[in-house]
Amino acid sequence: MTEDEIKKIIFQLLKNIAPDMEPEKLKPTDNIRQTLMIDSFDYLQFIVGLDEALDIETPEEDYGRIQTLQDLKKYILEMKI
Amino acid sequence: MESGFLREWHVRPGDRINRGDIIAEVETQKGIIEIEVFDEGIVGELLLKIDEKVPVGMLMTYILTPDEAKAGIQSTSSRKKAESVPSKLVREEVPTIPAHHVRASPLARKIAAEKGVDLSALKGSGPDGAITREDVEKSEPVVAAGKSKTENVRMAVAAAMSKSNREIPHYYLQTKVDMSNSMTWLSEENKKRSVKDRLLPVVLYIKSVAMALKEVTDLNAWWDNGLQRKSDIHIGFVISLRTGGVIVPAVHDADKKSLDDIMKSLSDIIPRARALKLRSSELADSTISLTSLGEGAVETVFGVIYPPQVALVGFGGVVEEPWAERGMVGTRPVLTVSLSADHRATDGNIGNQFLTAVKKYLKQPGLL
Repeated sequence: MTEDEIKKIIFQLLKNIAPDMEPEKLKPTDNIRQTLMIDSFDYLQFIVGLDEALDIETPEEDYGRIQTLQDLKKYILEMKI
Repeated sequence: MESGFLREWHVRPGDRINRGDIIAEVETQKGIIEIEVFDEGIVGELLLKIDEKVPVGMLMTYILTPDEAKAGIQSTSSRKKAESVPSKLVREEVPTIPAHHVRASPLARKIAAEKGVDLSALKGSGPDGAITREDVEKSEPVVAAGKSKTENVRMAVAAAMSKSNREIPHYYLQTKVDMSNSMTWLSEENKKRSVKDRLLPVVLYIKSVAMALKEVTDLNAWWDNGLQRKSDIHIGFVISLRTGGVIVPAVHDADKKSLDDIMKSLSDIIPRARALKLRSSELADSTISLTSLGEGAVETVFGVIYPPQVALVGFGGVVEEPWAERGMVGTRPVLTVSLSADHRATDGNIGNQFLTAVKKYLKQPGLL
């Protein structure tokens, strides 16, 4: 899976939970939740989406490792190796 | 909210319906509301046309017994038949939020009515802010259906909160809760679960409030010419819309639901609330409101009560703080729970009992 494919999936998942926001405009180091105003409920939907789309069961203790686009991509690549 | 527009009928005359069925969709300030029925029977004549204005409490159709339906449908004067029998009525049951009390001259009111201008949205230039004829003439007509849904939600919040601040003498109490037990319990619980079955802390908040209300019943009530205690506990959960405004659907019978069932209710109502697609009972039934600010930096909510309710419970973010207990100081994850209550309905003593009970449950999640 390439970085671009991962990015596309992330944007699609974010768009699903926050249809009125523009995830494409996120900078690599922006805090995703703060920038897109995603609350804990929507965040859980996003984690569920990651599991369904990429088969990654993100444990709660890893939530801190996936706060920015840059970290999230890195995390997904690590998990998929 | 005083009226809406009928957008869709989901039933036809002669259809069989059961309690809880959705029979129509009405567009209101709070988005599309699905109109539920609370009886079973046969749908009679539909008394409203699509896109017709529906004032709150308007008769929409009749629910007939099978015998009545048979007699009514076979008869040419079915409407009369339907009215003459003791049928149960279906009315739109949407909470009424009265318009602001506005000062305006009789002439200004007359012109506003003719032009379709919403007086409560105008700023008056007359004495004491009264709206004058000129103010109305300069304004643009406002058609409810033409406003964006976001603006409508904003106006509904504005009307409800203005009424609350004007009429309800609020008092505020707060307490801090050591959340160590709950956080550990929740994280252990979630480790056992698949991603989609995980619980959020707010589920513990909702259940704790529901259990505390069973002990302190005066806060589970409406104020309507006196305290009207409610036997069912329906917790209005404040959902903030990204585009602005809040919407407060009810988690019904929260005291009787398990934590998993409350999580399921949230998964059902939150997406529908965001899409402004809720059922009438979900918007009208709440007996108390609960707001949780989540993980931000804010610790304490000083909430405004949603009338006719008499209390709002606020949860701030969980923050690590120094904590003294049994002569020892350490750090703990600390949650601040606050209560805004109507002083016409209860006094600080009741509020104190309630928050003490909420704290007890939050410290012992096994009880929930």
